Amino acid sequence: MFKGDFIKNLPKIYGTYTGGFIVFIILMAIAEQAGVSAKNIGVMFVAFTVLIYALIGYLSRTIQVDAYYVAGRQVPTVFNGMATAADWMSGASFVALAGGVYFGGYTYMAFLVGWTGGYVLVATLMAPYLRKFGCYTVPDFIGTRYGGNLVRACAVFVLFIASFTYVTAQINATGTIASRALGIPFEAGVWVGLISILICSMLGGMRAVTWTQVAQYIVLIIAYLIPVFWISSNVGGGIFPHLMLGDEVARLGELEQQFGLVKNSAADMKAAGVPGGLKYISGTHSGVPEGGMAVWKYLSLAICMMVGTASLPHILMRYFTTPSVRAARKSVAWSLFFIFLLYSSAPMLATLSKLALMDPNLPTGIIGKSISEVQSIEWVQRWSEVKQVFIADFNGDGILQLNEWFMRGDVVVLATPEVAGLPFVISGLVFAGGMAAAMSTADGLVLAISNALSHDIYYKIIDPKADTAKRLLVARVLLVIIGAAGAYIASFRLTSILGSVAWAFDFAMSGLFFPLVLGVWWKRATRAGAIAGIVAGIGSGTLYLLWVFPKFSVPIFGGVNTPFLGIDHLRFGLIGAPICLVVMVVVSLMTKEPSPSVQKMVDDTRIPTGKAILGKQH
Amino acid sequence: MSNKDAYWNKTKNHMIVTLVLWAFFSLVIFMFGSELNTMSFLGYPLAYYMTAQGSLLAFVIILFWTANKQEKIDEEHGFSEREDD
Repeated sequence: MFKGDFIKNLPKIYGTYTGGFIVFIILMAIAEQAGVSAKNIGVMFVAFTVLIYALIGYLSRTIQVDAYYVAGRQVPTVFNGMATAADWMSGASFVALAGGVYFGGYTYMAFLVGWTGGYVLVATLMAPYLRKFGCYTVPDFIGTRYGGNLVRACAVFVLFIASFTYVTAQINATGTIASRALGIPFEAGVWVGLISILICSMLGGMRAVTWTQVAQYIVLIIAYLIPVFWISSNVGGGIFPHLMLGDEVARLGELEQQFGLVKNSAADMKAAGVPGGLKYISGTHSGVPEGGMAVWKYLSLAICMMVGTASLPHILMRYFTTPSVRAARKSVAWSLFFIFLLYSSAPMLATLSKLALMDPNLPTGIIGKSISEVQSIEWVQRWSEVKQVFIADFNGDGILQLNEWFMRGDVVVLATPEVAGLPFVISGLVFAGGMAAAMSTADGLVLAISNALSHDIYYKIIDPKADTAKRLLVARVLLVIIGAAGAYIASFRLTSILGSVAWAFDFAMSGLFFPLVLGVWWKRATRAGAIAGIVAGIGSGTLYLLWVFPKFSVPIFGGVNTPFLGIDHLRFGLIGAPICLVVMVVVSLMTKEPSPSVQKMVDDTRIPTGKAILGKQH
Repeated sequence: MSNKDAYWNKTKNHMIVTLVLWAFFSLVIFMFGSELNTMSFLGYPLAYYMTAQGSLLAFVIILFWTANKQEKIDEEHGFSEREDD
């Protein structure tokens, strides 16, 4: 199946797969009608899809170095776009993005712009040139362009910090979804998730991850879009919500006026015993906050996410797998198209979900109703039991106010189908989609880390004479170790102190963005400049994070510090990256310009045709 | 000026044009969020629409456009790859 004309058959193979998946959904719907329990449907959805991914992973096994590291560089443009989209959209995007928009409104949507706009930087500044270079990993480019083991090791260090911050959150998400869908404890869910992730990536490296990610994209996009369209027509939003929710957005504005946007005091919430992580609506949905600081907050977050996107190794390495430079460019465009399908739907889902709960004219509305009535609703009971929703009657009038309804962000995606009266088969589908999203991102990240360690540290620095078998063995052992370390940390639920996914973007942007860009666009950039830039960037960024984030600053600096110019812990890349740039430029200019051979290497990188800088097998 | 230098100059200019468009849709319009929100598009307040959907769509279009344009530049200077996809 994976021999010969496999690549030519891809549309047929994945077409059949998509058809098969839809048939499976229909079968599950029939099973639900026939009386199969909701829980068993959830189990079947997750088990069936994970088995398919494992099968693809097994069929894609390889003993070739270039297949393991870069999928043999034969992934067609559109399929690489789908794989990148799955690699990109994490379990967090899948389950939490709509929730973020639900509670944060306009301000939160700086993330949407940031997580898509970054691809323009990837396409213009990075992807085609890294593809031409012919590297296996991102540090491979930095190590070869600037020359030397020290700069290579510095790049691996930044990659490790950024990707590991990200991967624990993903394994955590995999565990959460596996535990909910399969009805097992969270700790067991984490290890089930890890094993699924490893089966997909261990035998075939990048090749296996590529073909499972395409399969995972198809599942996750179907699982996200079907509910959005269905809910929209159920709550009267029209059949094409993306173009038709103007009135609903305006209606939300009226309802916010009617119910009033009240801020609860921390003391009140503590006294009422609101569980941690649950939020309530206190800001407008579509209104833009006034003032220069609000604008700066929006822009600074968007900048960090965009520049961070363009520096994240697990994304950049996807473009090493295309057959040509031209295909790499087009592939970035396709990636963003596939990402757009989900990201543009998240605000629509948030709007619909909010309206379903807030509009008293809809049968699903709960705000403004009596609390005892709301508490008797089945889905409210079910989600209250697991502390995902909470009601606190602050004013004691027995009526549910907007500021008295608390909910975890994930509930928007996981419960809205149920709220809007969709059959349970859709909830099972959503579990499968969330699992696909979390697994695909975790796969990409674990592979990015272990590839950098096995190729750049082990093969390039420790044992350059190692043969292929030994290299691939080391790569696989490292993959298992990294995955297990991530799962081990995730199983302690330390994510609250490990911090936000946004940190991964800030770390990557502080240490990698300018060394990568200047490596292509500025011939004068030298090895000393790159080393100094990486160290200064990641060092200053990390120090600033420790200084500004209360959980770190209290024990280390003995107090809470006011963010400088509104640059809080989500935006610390704005400190690291400029320092990296300045230091890199100054030190480069102070040192001798790169040798003619390095300058020629840069010239060759800039032109699509001709031999790659690094050989097919290196 | 050699062909390679001419190619790189054109590529650089194209990069700058692309990044100007990118900055417009990602940064410039959101500097005027509250002003834009008084206008409407498809019934949505404009700034809300842009951050929820409009700018995202603009990025997709920019990326396809920029890749096609760059391919033309490649061809003009004889750097276009054969045996593709």
